Amino acid sequence: VAAISDRQRAPIYEGTRIPQPIPTVLRVTQELRDTGDVMTVNFGPNHPSTHGVLRLIVDLFGEDVVGLEAVVGYLHTGFEKNMEQKTWWKAITYPERIDYLAFQNNELVFVLAIEKLLELEIPPKASWMRTCLCELNRIHSHLVWLGTSALELGAISMFWYCFREREMVLDLFELVAGARMHTRYFQAGGLAEDIPRGFFLEARKFVDWFPHALDDYEAMLTRNRIWLERTERLGLLSAADAIALGQSGPVLRASGVDWDLRKVEPYLSYDAVDFDVPVYPEGDVYARFRVHMDEMLQSNRIIAQCLDRLEAMEGEPWIADDRKVVLPPREELHTSMESLIHHFKIVTEGYRVPEGEVYVAVESPRGELGCYVASDGGPRPWRVKFRAPSFVALEATATCMSDALIADMIAIVGSLDTLMGEVDR
Amino acid sequence: MTYEGVPALVETVEAHGETTLVVDRARLVEAGMHLRDAEGFNFLSDITAADYLGWGGQGVSGYIGTASGRDLNMPMTQGHQSLPKPKPKRFAVNYHLLSVSERPRRVRLQVWLDDGEPVPTVVPVWPTADWHEREAFDLMGITFSGHPNLKRLLLDDDWDGHPLRKDYPIGGEPVRFSEAE
Repeated sequence: VAAISDRQRAPIYEGTRIPQPIPTVLRVTQELRDTGDVMTVNFGPNHPSTHGVLRLIVDLFGEDVVGLEAVVGYLHTGFEKNMEQKTWWKAITYPERIDYLAFQNNELVFVLAIEKLLELEIPPKASWMRTCLCELNRIHSHLVWLGTSALELGAISMFWYCFREREMVLDLFELVAGARMHTRYFQAGGLAEDIPRGFFLEARKFVDWFPHALDDYEAMLTRNRIWLERTERLGLLSAADAIALGQSGPVLRASGVDWDLRKVEPYLSYDAVDFDVPVYPEGDVYARFRVHMDEMLQSNRIIAQCLDRLEAMEGEPWIADDRKVVLPPREELHTSMESLIHHFKIVTEGYRVPEGEVYVAVESPRGELGCYVASDGGPRPWRVKFRAPSFVALEATATCMSDALIADMIAIVGSLDTLMGEVDR
Repeated sequence: MTYEGVPALVETVEAHGETTLVVDRARLVEAGMHLRDAEGFNFLSDITAADYLGWGGQGVSGYIGTASGRDLNMPMTQGHQSLPKPKPKRFAVNYHLLSVSERPRRVRLQVWLDDGEPVPTVVPVWPTADWHEREAFDLMGITFSGHPNLKRLLLDDDWDGHPLRKDYPIGGEPVRFSEAE
């Protein structure tokens, strides 16, 4: 499906439209308020199309959105406070639950932060497997996004098609880690277990099949008249505004900024794989849809390259050999006193991480996912903070919605790909 | 890369391949403007507030020595007892800056303050700071002077206290009994 749209490849607006003085709140002008025709409507927090529990206070003038304020926090669970009470080893389970669609990317960023403080090198096999799973995770997250966003605009069949392939990805995770979501497969030092037998065969099946599935999605949406009418020239964000509002990931790339942390600050094995970064300059909902679609194809390319490399690494170590941090092999516990002591110490007291503070960022499916970690040299983190891309994406709602109709609100909020678990943490 | 031209610079720390610029709190906006316009840090990734109350107090199992580096192959490394370096004040606010340009790089801007001292807002420099500062105000109780809309973000407006502070009790939400009403 080449040359799908005859749209002009140019930004729809340039310069800035960020509301003043509060960048995240669209205020009704006094002139409009005086007409007496402005109606304030509460939207959410319990609404099927808010991707969780987002509340929007919307001022309407007829069908035009003239005022908007987003209210968040309904899903706040205090992850960061909780993590301060757990040992480093136990805290790894928490980030996965913050963004429950991009769980492996979240797990990765925290593990990378621990490794940066410990100055721990991971074996190549672990690095390639992490890359592979993170890209599978990106496909998983984008599929849920595509399915639900299309569903909200009335394209119900998209939802079933996307969830068909999502099941295939979840089956792969189950094969690798035993759990379909929240796999906790990454450890400080590498992976929790070796890659199971049969993974490559199943993963290859998926990689071969997935481009055909993408063709199905393209056939259903890309030139669909209704889809175009509901997504084109809506929810506009210029490149300057996107950077000023801290947008990242697909939202930033759909505003014409060629920026992907996998390219500019390569981590894991991303500097050794061949892939393209899709960039669309228009800054509307349709451009964000295009970026997501193209990214899934690129992720599939990366996975294929990872599988090639991993298959040649049969028998290599999957975790660093650092007995102060990494659990000893299970079979040694029956014969080696020292291994038993190490196992006991790591599980009960936890390993200690040297004093310091680091900020690590990865390109999660939603954008720049950052993790700030401060350690006092003890067995528990002193402070953990996640830079959640969805949290920042919601800050752009007021700018995106500045000339929208109430019916477009769903499409615009959906296109920002927010996930409330991550927004509220 | 040196940052000697940054106004109000107090100290530059290089650690773990990251640069931290500690600046004078009162002149934070000036430093931010300089970093944005002259150094190209046009993107504010994140604002993190950290509470260092009780920092260096004995933990459950003490501390390992880290001053001379950590060598796992050396016996007895684990046994050294040393305390972490003291912090200048109770709270730190970290601004993680990024340059979205041909020459991508990161820097951390850091200010220190005690309880009740205000930090000037950076919303005019980077509009994305709006919610980040509201979050720090909500969970850590740091006041940002000049912020256009400083109110709680994640918690209820009538919430008591700031949960991410180290003196906030864990599991300390009082239970309401029906006979008390």
